[in-house]
Amino acid sequence: MTDTKTSLPRADSTDTGPARRQGTGLLRVFSMREFPVTLALIILVLFTWLSNPRFLSSQGLKDLLLNATIMMILAAGQALIISTKSVDLSAGSALGLTAFLTGTLFATFEGIPIVVVFVAGIALGAALGAFNGLLVTTAKVPALVITLGTLYVFRGLNNWWAGGTQYFAGDRPKAFGNLSVTTVLGVPIITIIALVVIVFVTMFQRYTRSGRDLYAIGSDPAAAVVYGIPVGRRVFMAFLANGALVGLAGVLYASRFNSVGATTGTGLELQVVAAAVVGGVAIVGGVGTAAGAAIGAMLLTTITGSLTTIGVDKFWQQAVVGVLILASILIDRLATLRRASQLRKATQ
Amino acid sequence: MQNATQQPLVSLRHAVKTFGPVVALADGSIELNGGEVHALAGENGAGKSTLVKILSGLYHRDAGEFEVEGRPVTFSTVADSRAAGISVIYQEPTLFPDLTVSENIFVGRQPRGRFGMIDHKMMRDQAADIFEYLGVPIDPARMADGLSIADQQIIEIAKAISLDARVLIMDEPTAALSGHEVDRLFEVARSLRDKGAALLFISHRMEEIFDLCDRVTVFRDGAFVTTRMISETTRDEIVRDMVGRDIDQLFPKLEAEVGEAVLEVHGLNRAGVFRNINFDVRAGEIVALAGLVGAGRSEVARAVMGIDPIDSGTVTLLGKQLKPGNPLASIRAGMGFVPEDRRRQGLVMDLSVLRNTSLTLRDELATFGIINAAKEARTAQEWCEKLQVKTATPHHSVSTLSGGNQQKVVLAKWLATKPRLLIVDEPTRGIDVGTKAEVHRLLSQLAVDGVAILMISSELPEVLGMADRVLVMCEGAITAELSRADATAELVVQAATDHVKAAAS
Amino acid sequence: MTATRALPLAPGGQLTDGIRRILSSRSALMTYLLVVLIIGASLLVNNFAQPRTATFLLLDVVATLLMAMPMTLVMINGDIDLSVASVAGLSSAVLGVLYSGGTPFWAAVLICLGLGLVCGLFNGVMTAYVGLPALAVTIGTLALFRGLALVVIGDNAVANFPEAASDYATGTFGNSGIPLVMAPVAIVIIIFAVVLHMTPFGRGLFALGHSMEAARFVGVGTKVSRLYSLVASGFIASLAGVFWTLRYSSARSDNAIGLELVVIAAVVLGGVSVFGGKGSIWGSVCGVLIIGVVNYALRLNRIPEVVLVTITGLLLIISVVAPSLVASWSDWRHRRRRSRNRGSVTTTAGATSA
Repeated sequence: MTDTKTSLPRADSTDTGPARRQGTGLLRVFSMREFPVTLALIILVLFTWLSNPRFLSSQGLKDLLLNATIMMILAAGQALIISTKSVDLSAGSALGLTAFLTGTLFATFEGIPIVVVFVAGIALGAALGAFNGLLVTTAKVPALVITLGTLYVFRGLNNWWAGGTQYFAGDRPKAFGNLSVTTVLGVPIITIIALVVIVFVTMFQRYTRSGRDLYAIGSDPAAAVVYGIPVGRRVFMAFLANGALVGLAGVLYASRFNSVGATTGTGLELQVVAAAVVGGVAIVGGVGTAAGAAIGAMLLTTITGSLTTIGVDKFWQQAVVGVLILASILIDRLATLRRASQLRKATQ
Repeated sequence: MQNATQQPLVSLRHAVKTFGPVVALADGSIELNGGEVHALAGENGAGKSTLVKILSGLYHRDAGEFEVEGRPVTFSTVADSRAAGISVIYQEPTLFPDLTVSENIFVGRQPRGRFGMIDHKMMRDQAADIFEYLGVPIDPARMADGLSIADQQIIEIAKAISLDARVLIMDEPTAALSGHEVDRLFEVARSLRDKGAALLFISHRMEEIFDLCDRVTVFRDGAFVTTRMISETTRDEIVRDMVGRDIDQLFPKLEAEVGEAVLEVHGLNRAGVFRNINFDVRAGEIVALAGLVGAGRSEVARAVMGIDPIDSGTVTLLGKQLKPGNPLASIRAGMGFVPEDRRRQGLVMDLSVLRNTSLTLRDELATFGIINAAKEARTAQEWCEKLQVKTATPHHSVSTLSGGNQQKVVLAKWLATKPRLLIVDEPTRGIDVGTKAEVHRLLSQLAVDGVAILMISSELPEVLGMADRVLVMCEGAITAELSRADATAELVVQAATDHVKAAAS
Repeated sequence: MTATRALPLAPGGQLTDGIRRILSSRSALMTYLLVVLIIGASLLVNNFAQPRTATFLLLDVVATLLMAMPMTLVMINGDIDLSVASVAGLSSAVLGVLYSGGTPFWAAVLICLGLGLVCGLFNGVMTAYVGLPALAVTIGTLALFRGLALVVIGDNAVANFPEAASDYATGTFGNSGIPLVMAPVAIVIIIFAVVLHMTPFGRGLFALGHSMEAARFVGVGTKVSRLYSLVASGFIASLAGVFWTLRYSSARSDNAIGLELVVIAAVVLGGVSVFGGKGSIWGSVCGVLIIGVVNYALRLNRIPEVVLVTITGLLLIISVVAPSLVASWSDWRHRRRRSRNRGSVTTTAGATSA
């Protein structure tokens, strides 16, 4: 059989053969990893609103968004890390450092432009992230252990630097604090910043080669090396980016909350990882987006508000979060098993 | 039929590759011409895999000349060879399960559209074009997770096409494919050949070689033997070249008295892996399970031991039926298993030689649940001495030992349990010649001592030299049973490649 | 390759070899470090070398020490348990609520211990039988168990406990300064040491941590082993919770919060590998004590809590990065030596076989 064509044949655009089938739009939406968590969030909000319409009043909505903002940014950054089969447990401590830096700058330098403070905070975060990234990529030690160590080191630095000092709302310029108060179309400015950032990160994951490489690394690290993907460089960059995001979150934290000190951010890291897992980012890497993680963060932070509004004891919140995490990994596993058995039946 | 160009696309001459004392390739030579499908034949261990790895840049050759399109090349990474136009399709492709098909094809080179962002639609369309050209309906938007091996190979070929590969190497591609998937693969291969690509097709299957290929090169014992046009040769001739020399044994096999049946396997079945397996192994007997990689031999052995489950059938040891899927019960009943993968299945690499040796005895060495440390050390030492494991100190971790000594530790640990049946899976793979002889001597002596031995081996001289009986498997079925007297290399190879008979079982 | 001699070695040579090996193992290194730190602290820090030190230092680390024992097993196995501190907190909360509600003290303790078993069982089943990754499951149960503690006790704190029990938890052996509870703690340590290092089950755990296949081939019950380890972890965590409550005379929902990370840091410092297959009980004990000594000594010196925390982190990082760097450095040297010996690839025909 000789084929004398010199170029690959092109089918016309109306061809709907199997090779072109991409699934109907609706089916694709349902099978997205972000779908379950989004659905859960919508149901939660709807249900709460139905039992108490004030939940979604302009003030109520603002509170919801404000509460979620910091966690959303942290979760988005963590999604980058987890997708490469790593984890960053030092996020809370790094946030504390950058939040305190923010407070310090405002209190020490009268009239310092807000933009400069933002840049400083992000830069510090990025530096901390780079430190993590360097250790993880050169020492070939699991990120879990390295970031456990830096969790303590950064927290210690924060403590040593801050001592007993705390900066309060009075120590920061009104304009800065207003970022968390002023709203545009009902959405606080810090939330808008967060959303923009999250969209960028998600687009990075989806539309850049480096972003896709991160997924490849998380999917099969050995194959990634064989295919010439610069694993060390990419993972380092992911830690750097996450650090910058944590830095941003720290700055915004100082705007949102009334005090920053030595203990700011303690204990956040595991919540952030949980938010990402709930949002469809598999702990084993390779799948899940920053957007999903952010929605997961929103879900987890909203539960507190919801529970209080419905009248459920607020003490149930933590337990509900735990159940959500377990449910999401269980569902993920069951889906994987089902797919595997379907395929086995198909090929027999 | 073919338009072989004057200058070969790829030329490798007298390549050498060694790993410590093990010579993987002694004299590797091959020439790949455009517009030609070139078969590479040879037994296991003939050096085919090593040759492929050198061509693809995975290995760095120790000596020899390597030219692509007339220019000398040295690849430091796989990416280099791909850039030079060489692509390899392996028997078990590695795709990224969490990425889509089209992403797998274009990994690292995704097409970009506006603002430098990846254009996923363009990527899918390009992938769809390639699939259409290949005549294969795979959805470019689906996840690669769960695709059949046949589809994965097509995706690898699509990747090669997208890389404008001039040379396509297929390493035993048909082992896991069904009949019509093979036909589909061959059609694709032929059309690529007709477009001027050079294809290297490595296979054991004679009928496929004669169906698809234009030329065949035979390797034996890591060296080039001959190259011929398919139209000018016969199947028997090729087999003779693959095998043809006196099977000189490393040492004479000891005569052992064959007693009662120790292991009896009846009607063993596992869907998709093996079917209708019946055989027995007697005390003092060495039964070899021969066949190609992927024939299902290790799987049968693992099922006998209880590591893997079975769908139906019985395994009886010394008259007692064993519960399936229970390795501990098999061990207690007197079974031992020296696995194929030394590093991951046979040993715990971080532990010391002593601890590895005594691992199988951990229950016997314990009184009231506490292990007698002195007795443990003594017993382990004893067995290491018996097998002459060479190590500076037995407390060093086994990772510091040579391959041969590591294998001896694995043997020691199983022999210490005084098994009645010993299953050995590729007992001398990756071992230097001297230790090989020791292992053979040991197995032979075990048989004399009354142990029943089931030996899985892909090395014909080992099979023919050691076995009292040879069972040949092909594609999950036993296709031949040969006594020591009747077994010849040709018969074994023929039964190992007898798919027709296998399908009829 | 190392010098090759067939066994046996001369008896004397074997003995010195054995001694040298033991003396240079990871656990030994940790012991030296601990001893050096204790001596250093005694010399440099006022008031360190006193019975009071033994009391408060040891009381501070009891909970961590207890939880480090099963954590060692769990991590050698290849798993991890992030929920230990939450189990301790839940146990504390339940104890408080039951006791203040009228349940006899010892009955309440038994119930708490049973609860710990159930928590461990849940972790074990989800991990070993359902097949979920231990890291993810225990992040979930970390939240769930802590949440249940909140549900049980809310914002309250229960402070009244039987004097006899509180006294036992804080008392010491005469003038030595060693707390009474060190006796049961020592027993726990010994039990875990025996199980891990001297039983068939323990041998099996090391194999399991290296590779599930290797373990199955020698007949290790992989699911059961993982289950037992996690159940033990839950049980001991609840015991630690009971102790914590008595020591501080306070049952609260946030007791022991964050302690899981200290436990993991301590056992990794002591030689446990996150990948599984490596570690020892004594190493973990040293790890806990090292962190405890450093913390206490610095606190005595009025160095803020801060620095302690930083030092813990640095110790952890150095302890895992150093061996890795040493390994790659010697690897690099080895490769350079080999390539110098072999020379570059020749292009002449006529290969020389090795």
